[in-house]
Amino acid sequence: MTVDLAIIGAGPAGMAAAALAAELGLDTLVVDEADTPGGQIYRGVEHAPEASALGADYLPGRRLVTQLRESTARYRPGTTVWHIDPGASGGGILSLAAAGYSETVAARQILIATGAIERPVPIPGWTLPGVMTAGAAQLLLKTADLVPEGQAVLAGQGPLLYLTALQLTRAGAPPLAVLETTPAANYHAATARYVGELWRGRRDLGKGLALLFGLVRAGVAVRRGVRRLRVLGRHRVEGVAWEGGEIAVDHLFLHEGVIPNTQISLALQIAHRWDEAQRCWRPAVDEWGRTSLPGIAIAGDGAEIAGAGAAALSGRLAALDAAAALGRIDEEDRDRRARPIRSGLARERAIRPFLDALYRPADSVLSPADAVIACRCEEVSTGQIRRAVQLGASGPNQMKAFLRCGMGPCQGRVCGPIVGAVIAAARGVAIAEIGTFRPRAPYKPITVGTLAGVERDPHQIADNEQDSFA
Amino acid sequence: MFRPRPDSRHATICVEVEGRLVRVPAGASAAAAVLIAGLSSIRETPLPTGQARGLKGHGAERGPYCMMGICFDCLAEIDGVPNRQSCMIAARPGMRIRRQRGARAVAMK
Amino acid sequence: MAPVRVARQEEMRRFDAIVIGGGLVGTAIGYGLARAGRLVVLIDEGDVAYRASRGNFGLVWVQTKGLGAPHYQRWTRASAAAWPLFAGELEERTGIKLGHEQNGGVQLCLSDAELAKRHAMMQQMQVEAGNFGFEYRMLDHAELAAMLPGLGPTVAGASWTPYDGHVNSLLLFHALHKAFAAAGGTYLPDSTVTAAVAAPGDFRIDVGSETLGAPQIVLAAGLGNAALAPLFGLRAPVRPQRGQILVTERTSRTWPIPLGSIRQTPEGSILLGSSEEEVGFDTSQKPEIMRAIARRAVLSFPWLAELQIVRAWSALRVMPPDGLPIYDESERLPGAFTANCHSGVTLAAAHASLFAPMVAAGALDPMLAPFSAKRFDVSAAA
Repeated sequence: MTVDLAIIGAGPAGMAAAALAAELGLDTLVVDEADTPGGQIYRGVEHAPEASALGADYLPGRRLVTQLRESTARYRPGTTVWHIDPGASGGGILSLAAAGYSETVAARQILIATGAIERPVPIPGWTLPGVMTAGAAQLLLKTADLVPEGQAVLAGQGPLLYLTALQLTRAGAPPLAVLETTPAANYHAATARYVGELWRGRRDLGKGLALLFGLVRAGVAVRRGVRRLRVLGRHRVEGVAWEGGEIAVDHLFLHEGVIPNTQISLALQIAHRWDEAQRCWRPAVDEWGRTSLPGIAIAGDGAEIAGAGAAALSGRLAALDAAAALGRIDEEDRDRRARPIRSGLARERAIRPFLDALYRPADSVLSPADAVIACRCEEVSTGQIRRAVQLGASGPNQMKAFLRCGMGPCQGRVCGPIVGAVIAAARGVAIAEIGTFRPRAPYKPITVGTLAGVERDPHQIADNEQDSFA
Repeated sequence: MFRPRPDSRHATICVEVEGRLVRVPAGASAAAAVLIAGLSSIRETPLPTGQARGLKGHGAERGPYCMMGICFDCLAEIDGVPNRQSCMIAARPGMRIRRQRGARAVAMK
Repeated sequence: MAPVRVARQEEMRRFDAIVIGGGLVGTAIGYGLARAGRLVVLIDEGDVAYRASRGNFGLVWVQTKGLGAPHYQRWTRASAAAWPLFAGELEERTGIKLGHEQNGGVQLCLSDAELAKRHAMMQQMQVEAGNFGFEYRMLDHAELAAMLPGLGPTVAGASWTPYDGHVNSLLLFHALHKAFAAAGGTYLPDSTVTAAVAAPGDFRIDVGSETLGAPQIVLAAGLGNAALAPLFGLRAPVRPQRGQILVTERTSRTWPIPLGSIRQTPEGSILLGSSEEEVGFDTSQKPEIMRAIARRAVLSFPWLAELQIVRAWSALRVMPPDGLPIYDESERLPGAFTANCHSGVTLAAAHASLFAPMVAAGALDPMLAPFSAKRFDVSAAA
């Protein structure tokens, strides 16, 4: 099967791109691992009640889902992309797995819209059961209206931390406290440098302030300038401690911002660059989302962290560019349509430099103490990594060979940022110089049987009953 | 560990967690079902290799961390199939969810 | 390569031996030399490099080596015999458990034709071994099924020899580096040879920021040897040959011994291999090849179908023209040696315990003469 445009990910970028691409006459296919559309930010939006605990921000997602469903784009949920073979002249061949079957689809253009993931927060004890990301707490609320029982604390920094705290409060489960790790100096640094952006991004700034006031009004204790966070507990989280205090808790939700999900882009060996402002690796993309591989583009948070609004807009730009590349519209038309989208994008991005400076993660979040586990899957400690640097493991892929970090099921998604930062600090060089893991196919696990194409085993049938290989 | 919020209007379904019947909201993942059931942890890591810190007898206990298919700490046995990312699988009526105790066994027919 | 400006004596760091290449071959030789009391520097590339050592299967494999070349069979057997002591010594020196097991291995045959061919091969190997001896057994389906749970119904049988085994090759790699350092070796990663001056017993190489000098040099740079060798009066006509491997989720302990293309690690992952692809310097993965490996695995053991593949890789073997290792010392530039092979794990013991002592003694033993690159001149002339 061959399509004009294959889009990986049905979050805001993917949905917006699909609807526009289909409208422009492209034969479009959207694949997504999850059973329902929305990505993470709009997860469960199709089933959310009108007056959602999650605020007005959630509902633009509904519009995007409707646009996707009503478009002629083909949408395959419950489908995993496990390999992409880039084509020399553009696009490539995708290997897809769903419900125990594997199939290849050729695409003239490919758009990767796999969004962002949480930055790992490696504090002592972070692998104990009961420690989750703030995003996890939000997902449980979004998808199933669930709130934590007992005492919960949120710790870290960034808009999602406060948003989650407020959402939990509105849902009848106010957290015991919010422990904010933002160093005092960041406030000054951010406002001093980016005072102009504060005005341009005043809409987002207003939202942020409303968030904070909401928390204060709800009586949630916010403790600022928290340092040396660590988790207490033996088999499960029992408390959280910091320099100068500790509280007993049943749940701990951590957050230190989000970073692009670069698993597929790195596997394809697309050129990436280290973004020191956001302290993360990003694929190098141009103003259309084009990468170093012809006919393969990236839109949304997977290219640059800028939020859901920006994601939808950058998805539309990529759709326009794909349509022009395939000759469905001419470049003049493409550029004309792009203009208002670019204005919108500039507005969405305006507040970013301020937020990046304010919520800049501390060095210890990137490169923790020796005793902290760096690779959760293979249980490799930070100290082991430092010792291996002494032995000569000078980069992440050598480190993988020495210690197995990055070889577990997550294939370096969680530990990648930590391993790179630890090696850089141990060697006294910039993280940009160290490089990243090289992920390989299968990008997500598939069974030997699925790969072999053997007869369908009842166990192989996914819980998703939508068998969309018709 | 987790419960529905007071004014939730979600329909509920019944699943089995470690052999016990548990009522969960429609839309919950299998991982969420484990959290609702109140289990302290969802899995034990496979026995550590020689290079890992010494944990005698069994692996480290883990619970879901990211809930979005990235961390693989939510691996559980679902309807007899081991090592499934339970946060990515929607709970269905009658689903049997069990903790993943270390490395999986192989079923030879 | 630009001719190097002659380094002043004081500027140069001096060693007894320079080893170029920090993979399994280089570190095993480096360790052997350091253990023999030599001052050794090991030069290695950076994080992103071809590195066959990161891609190997972990077999200590004897039964498929040396058909038609009894000297290769003998060299492999010598390494296999030396392996247990080598492993024990490394474990003692580094505290790293290698997961080494050597209780024999089987090579599965999925059809009667394959089995007959295999049998003929084994008989031939025995004939060629002569007085040296070559022990093997052919197993039929019933015997094999008793030994290997869940054997596929269509598997015809297998060949077995007592010499085969396996080891955790990554732990071996780590242990060799640790033991090399502990024995006083110097490891220089992120270094490539930018210039070289070679004279008999006097080798000076520039690696970026500094010059290193030694009376002996060993080229163990894998695919890089092809370009390096002529600088030192040697030839190493190796080419890349791609192999792909699949790795499953960890499972409980299943088999007592490794199979030629399937083995289970001590931590429980099952490795499924492999392929032999002539594609040049291309390390991309190919779904069709991965599918073929998966199919053969499922034919061998149907229950493998249920296991999840959590990762896979493709790597480039270092392949000499006839598949046999190339060991050589330069006639024009005595003191320059080279070692090239695609079985870095199997031959690690030989490299550390036999080859390195030869280098330390100043000359390769005549038993390695048939492995010289001169053999290619002969066949070219023929």
